[in-house]
Amino acid sequence: MGVKAEPWQTAEIAGPKKALLILKPEVVVAMVKRAKRPILIVGHLAAEDYSDDVKMIDYAIRMSRTATIPVVATAHMTTEFIKRGFQPAGWMPAMDIGNRLKDPEWKGLDGTGPYDLAMFMGLPYYMEFVILAGLKHFSKGLKTISLDRYYDPHASWSFPNLSVKDWNEGFKIILSKLGEK
Amino acid sequence: MQLAKKGLVVKVKELKTDVAVVKDLEVSIGRISEETWAEPIGPTPFPSITDLREWDFKLLQRYKPFYLPFCDVCCLCTFGKCDLTGDKRGACGLNMAAQQSRIVLLACCIGAATHTGHARHLLEHLIEKFGRRYPIDVGGISVDVEAPVTRLVTGIRPKTLGDLEEVLDYCETEVTHLLAATHTGQEGSNIDFESKVLHAGMIDQVGMEVADMVQISAYGFPKADPEAPLTEIGFGVADVSKPVILVIGHNVPSSVGIIDYLTDKGIYNKVEVVGICCTAIDITRYSSSLAKIVGPISWQLRFIRSGIPDLVVVDEQCIRADALIEAQKIKAPVIASSPENCLGLENRTKSPAKEIISDLVEKKVPGVLILDPEKVGEVAVETVMAVAPKRKKFNVIPEVKEIIKAAQECTQCNECIRACPNNLPIPDAMKAAAKGDLNPFAEILENCVGCARCDSACPNDFPLHSFAIKAGEKNLIAEKFKIRVGRGAIQDVEIREVGGPIVLGEIPGVVALVGCANYPRGGKEVAEIAEEFAKRRFIVVTSGCAAMSIAMVKDEEGKTLYEKYPGGFEAGGILNVGSCVSNPHIAGAAIKIASIFAKRNLRANYEEIADYVLNRVGAVGVAWGAMSQKAASIASGFWRLGVPVIVGPHGSKYRRMLLGRKDKKEDWYVYDARTGDKVYGGPAPEHLFTAVETKEEAMVLIAKLCMRPNDTTKGRAIKLTHYVDLHKRLYSVMPDDVHLFVRNKADVPLTMKEEILKILEEKGWKERRIPDPTLLPRLIRKKKGD
Ligand code: SF4
Ligand code: SF4
Ligand code: SF4
Repeated sequence: MGVKAEPWQTAEIAGPKKALLILKPEVVVAMVKRAKRPILIVGHLAAEDYSDDVKMIDYAIRMSRTATIPVVATAHMTTEFIKRGFQPAGWMPAMDIGNRLKDPEWKGLDGTGPYDLAMFMGLPYYMEFVILAGLKHFSKGLKTISLDRYYDPHASWSFPNLSVKDWNEGFKIILSKLGEK
Repeated sequence: MQLAKKGLVVKVKELKTDVAVVKDLEVSIGRISEETWAEPIGPTPFPSITDLREWDFKLLQRYKPFYLPFCDVCCLCTFGKCDLTGDKRGACGLNMAAQQSRIVLLACCIGAATHTGHARHLLEHLIEKFGRRYPIDVGGISVDVEAPVTRLVTGIRPKTLGDLEEVLDYCETEVTHLLAATHTGQEGSNIDFESKVLHAGMIDQVGMEVADMVQISAYGFPKADPEAPLTEIGFGVADVSKPVILVIGHNVPSSVGIIDYLTDKGIYNKVEVVGICCTAIDITRYSSSLAKIVGPISWQLRFIRSGIPDLVVVDEQCIRADALIEAQKIKAPVIASSPENCLGLENRTKSPAKEIISDLVEKKVPGVLILDPEKVGEVAVETVMAVAPKRKKFNVIPEVKEIIKAAQECTQCNECIRACPNNLPIPDAMKAAAKGDLNPFAEILENCVGCARCDSACPNDFPLHSFAIKAGEKNLIAEKFKIRVGRGAIQDVEIREVGGPIVLGEIPGVVALVGCANYPRGGKEVAEIAEEFAKRRFIVVTSGCAAMSIAMVKDEEGKTLYEKYPGGFEAGGILNVGSCVSNPHIAGAAIKIASIFAKRNLRANYEEIADYVLNRVGAVGVAWGAMSQKAASIASGFWRLGVPVIVGPHGSKYRRMLLGRKDKKEDWYVYDARTGDKVYGGPAPEHLFTAVETKEEAMVLIAKLCMRPNDTTKGRAIKLTHYVDLHKRLYSVMPDDVHLFVRNKADVPLTMKEEILKILEEKGWKERRIPDPTLLPRLIRKKKGD
């Protein structure tokens, strides 16, 4: 894995508070295990990127199933999940889920309380960038992870910029350490 | 002597000059028309930056800002940089929310100032040409309410060009105050910044309306004409056997100068005049036969680099800052023609035309600044005829073998893709090109916004955008479409016919596709959205670059949407109103529904009309490629008027959204004007401003945002049909919020009855009353106990 904390889009620099680098997949595993109420937000690119045989959406489904993490499908992603026989816990526009995660009073999709860990993948880079910035500055008690193969400085934790191969290998380790059978 | 604010009244007790003594003279400028206008003046003529604050707060209470900072710091003064992360405050005490709203306000001030400045240039020029008393006429007998936005905001009814000077004075004053509020140590509350943002948007609408009214009136553009002529658009429209003048920008007088000169000299068949961006739209409104449109703003580099233009004339707004450099590469001289955009060129306005022409032809200078539209006309035409034969369409598009050679040298460093706003796979295209396959580059061009950031980023200085142009060359040359010329205003009679069906909900909505070309996946998505809603019998209005993109798709029979759908303000119509500054015709249509159909007073009655529009007029704006500060202020003008706006994904970079929370029931109460009761009106419209990821998401949201508390059951059933149908088709599931939009069982579409009734039962739904909705207590007709 690379180690540079450089934003994928060159100009998208963040400021003094930058995401910590996920140098080992175990970091994600530990964060997920420690979280009381994690949630996974999956944008439309998850069904398109990264290559013919590596699609983020498949990893999102496996992660959700393995660690019982509710998935919010943004944009028209419900279609893609349902195609794959997976029912997301909810769907709403990316801006709406961002806006709710920001609100410490929001009781979540199931009405039982706020989330403490929000993981993102598959949104357009710049859109995820600004939503994560909104959460960095305005949410309370929420940690965020960018799970794309790009460094997103506004998250609490992010992968560095990775090749598809490295991302794929990293994610497989995450899944196996989360207990995927 | 007395100078009255708002309308200049000059009273002169005694005036002595060398020739006469005048006593008790009273001259009133700008208020003359008011005396003949029977409509009573409303509560807020020429509103100041705080006069509509209460209305703004009502909107902002429901549609709360969600801030999306680009970065953690503020660097606007030398107290800073300040780190505003989280709860931190800057040296001046400002926090992140206020800073983000300040940035939004700055953007909207830039937008409003740009349109107001644009209008001022036009007005000054046209007054000089035609005189102050030249009548405003945007639609002859078809348009009685000819300046709806200006009437609504200022309370005056302008009749002549001269009447508009006062209107622009007002706009300029307001923009100055708004800009002042962004100074360090001024406004400290984010919500007050947001209110000022809305004010900037409203002022922007007035400035734009003035600009379009004067050009329609004085230049004789189509006047509210549903059958405005079709004209040509596309990369391939120019007759390259002739000298070609390319005009770029927004402010049309210099382009008019060119057409006039060609016509006066009788040589209009000797030179091609083509345009990019709104100047192109407006010059075809002036002459649909003598001018053609190349395309939206993102077509600048591909067209210039292709060498087709023999001379480039730029006016103002959205012109690439490197237009001169790019034109020099193809040996085409440049004429700058706006004080806003001088490009470092020598001001030759006062030089004799012959001298300027000779300097340009002899290449003594790469370009000139000429601030006189008629002179631009003469110099441009005479120069292009002399330059074209020498240039021989010299271009800088590389040959295939050069591309292959470069591709073989590519180091796959990824700098290009990391600079590309749409993450287009340029390194992969280089890999393919190294093997002689240019198809991936041709695909890139389809989704490319023409920014050339890839060129700038490449450490090997490969002109990557030109590689894509070469690869897509065949498609580009074949690009020839038809666009309906900007028609201008909506006729009063059209409003009379559709006002009822819109307010009752039977025409499911008005979708305004506006704005720039910063698309995530090319302009064809805008055309797809337009056609989807025209087929569903919504009214589709469009303007600016979006209006061009809609034209640039053909069906199997080779027809564009403008040839397939009517140009009237009617169910299933697709109407191009014109350029950016024509957007107030869209706002004006909503205002005219309130005034003509519902007979509400509009004069200086902003709050009531906005309340009407928010609660009753199912209109939604979509700026799929919104890019500019002008797009920001245009959107904010719609928000204050109660019209929600959706932007494409790049619009998330506008720094904040205005989002409703349908899960908070308490946010959605309205007064029932009949009784004064507070009634749950449902989350309609759910948001005032939001960015979405995909066209599918946009379509579902458009259908949803057209719902209004006032819909009749029949209307609501129609709107729900579209929403549920699109949701099921594009999301493969039933919407999870349908119960929030059903007020009683008659709202449920017949064809979906079983499905929806089941959901209602599951959700514990209860029937509720349909109010006569308003957010304004003063509009309650009968209070309890009356
Ligand atoms: S304006 Fe305020 S927050 Fe911004 S740099 Fe100056 S002191 Fe800091
Ligand atoms: S010119 Fe096109 S390919 Fe190049 S960076 Fe811009 S959008 Fe991307
Ligand atoms: S920036 Fe230039 S060298 Fe680097 S990958 Fe792109 S084309 Fe190749």
